[in-house]
Amino acid sequence: MRIINRKPSPVTALALGLLPFALTVITYAIASHYRRLDNPADKLLPSFARMGEAFWRMATVPDRRSGDLLLWLDSFDSLWRLGTGMAVSTVLALSFGIAIGFIPHVRSALAPYLSTFSLIPPITILPILFITFGLGELAKIALIVIGTAPVMIRSTAQAVLDIPREMIIKAETLGASVWQMVTRLVLPQVLPHLITSLRLSLVPAWIFLISAEAIASTSGLGYRIFLVRRYLAMDIILPYVVWITLLAFLLDRALLLLSRRAFRWHHLGGDAL
Amino acid sequence: MTTSPKLSVQGLAKFYDGMPVLERVNLEVGSGSFCTIVGASGCGKSTFLRMLLSQEHPSRGQILLDGTSLPLEPTPDRGIVFQKYSVFSHLTVAENLILAQEFEASRWSGRLFGTARKAAFQTIDDLLDRIGLQPAANKYPAQLSGGMQQRLAIAQALVKKPSILLLDEPFGALDPGIRVDMHELLLGLWKELSMTVFMVTHDIHEAFKLGTRLLVFDKIRHDPQAPQAYGATVTYDLPLKSPTGQPVQSPEAIAGAIGVAQQSPFTKNAQE
Repeated sequence: MRIINRKPSPVTALALGLLPFALTVITYAIASHYRRLDNPADKLLPSFARMGEAFWRMATVPDRRSGDLLLWLDSFDSLWRLGTGMAVSTVLALSFGIAIGFIPHVRSALAPYLSTFSLIPPITILPILFITFGLGELAKIALIVIGTAPVMIRSTAQAVLDIPREMIIKAETLGASVWQMVTRLVLPQVLPHLITSLRLSLVPAWIFLISAEAIASTSGLGYRIFLVRRYLAMDIILPYVVWITLLAFLLDRALLLLSRRAFRWHHLGGDAL
Repeated sequence: MTTSPKLSVQGLAKFYDGMPVLERVNLEVGSGSFCTIVGASGCGKSTFLRMLLSQEHPSRGQILLDGTSLPLEPTPDRGIVFQKYSVFSHLTVAENLILAQEFEASRWSGRLFGTARKAAFQTIDDLLDRIGLQPAANKYPAQLSGGMQQRLAIAQALVKKPSILLLDEPFGALDPGIRVDMHELLLGLWKELSMTVFMVTHDIHEAFKLGTRLLVFDKIRHDPQAPQAYGATVTYDLPLKSPTGQPVQSPEAIAGAIGVAQQSPFTKNAQE
């Protein structure tokens, strides 16, 4: 049989899915082992035991100076910034996206401005934000919003434009006002796309968050890894990277699950990823 | 005819980028007619239907409904069934059918709650039975077959009791056997509700079977150097039911005369 027609069994699929992860871990373990044979105090590729120990210390032992449990403090602060930023972006995407996608006059007024604005590399605005808003939370959240909102607004507007014209006309013949069409037709049709766009925007959102924290902050996951970089503390940095990845993964899965639960009709056609 | 016509089309023309699609269309249609519209692809029959719906506007001429100009946008007095995307994919069958009631009852949320919602669901019980979708009341359109979706679309279009029902190739994507069922449903509803119906179709047999009047759209002038130079108009306007109930001309004769690809209901429809 041709290879394109051969489908893995569930067990095989799971095994194949885990294989690249296992290979990565094994490769690291071997490399780390040989480096530590030369120099038992090697800092670049610490053993799993040392990383686990360092991670455990960050999670359970209060910091000597502040008395905080650093991992949880960092996670909470970072997630709070990320969540607030993405919430603002989502609200902007819904309100502006629907207005731009649904009302031609608003589209004419805002679409060119928005596509220009979204081309500004967000990081270049960071100094401006720090100067205007100071080094506090506002500047970091603003960076996340500026970095993600334009793209989310555009993709929401596009999702509105992609609603079949037939449905909108049908709603008109059923006597719907513009507002009723927004609440009963446009909003439910667009929300699943908004969640997809939110999931995709979380990737750049993390980048902006970590960057802002690295440059000016006193807490947060990004702040921590850039702080301990000075001591070449790979035993903290590597677990932190894994931890950030895990948080990002869980957020993504939670949003997918939400979409499947809340918008079952949208997933009936069978979709992937 | 002494009574004023339900719908009157006067000197209608439609241009796209200066190219005529339709020109000099004049038509008077009495109340309760079932007009079937046939013609070659791209001859403007769907454009004509969209103008009846106010989805598009005439470049020249006017369309009068009960003696007054058509509104500039789609309104509940004209129902529409498209070939696809006619129903709301995010609502179940029953929710699709009560939507018009919800729009009417609740100006801001467009939504009914609690007992009002239950009452609305009860009002559509008979309708669901009629279109045979009672067992599928809580399914989403994506879970229905094509025929079931179109039955739902027709029922939904009739909820507001429009005086005119417009159908744009509604059965074009359905199997022949299903089509016959749909014909019966449609004819039954038409007689019951005394609507005026306009239906665009590719299938000339379907046009003969359903209509009381057949409108054929075609170009009467051809410029071989510029095939786009002239638009189509109504070239045949035939009453289909003679007093004895017999068709006055055979579908084959018409199909031959206008050069429409003749399609028997038992051959697979090659076009969409």
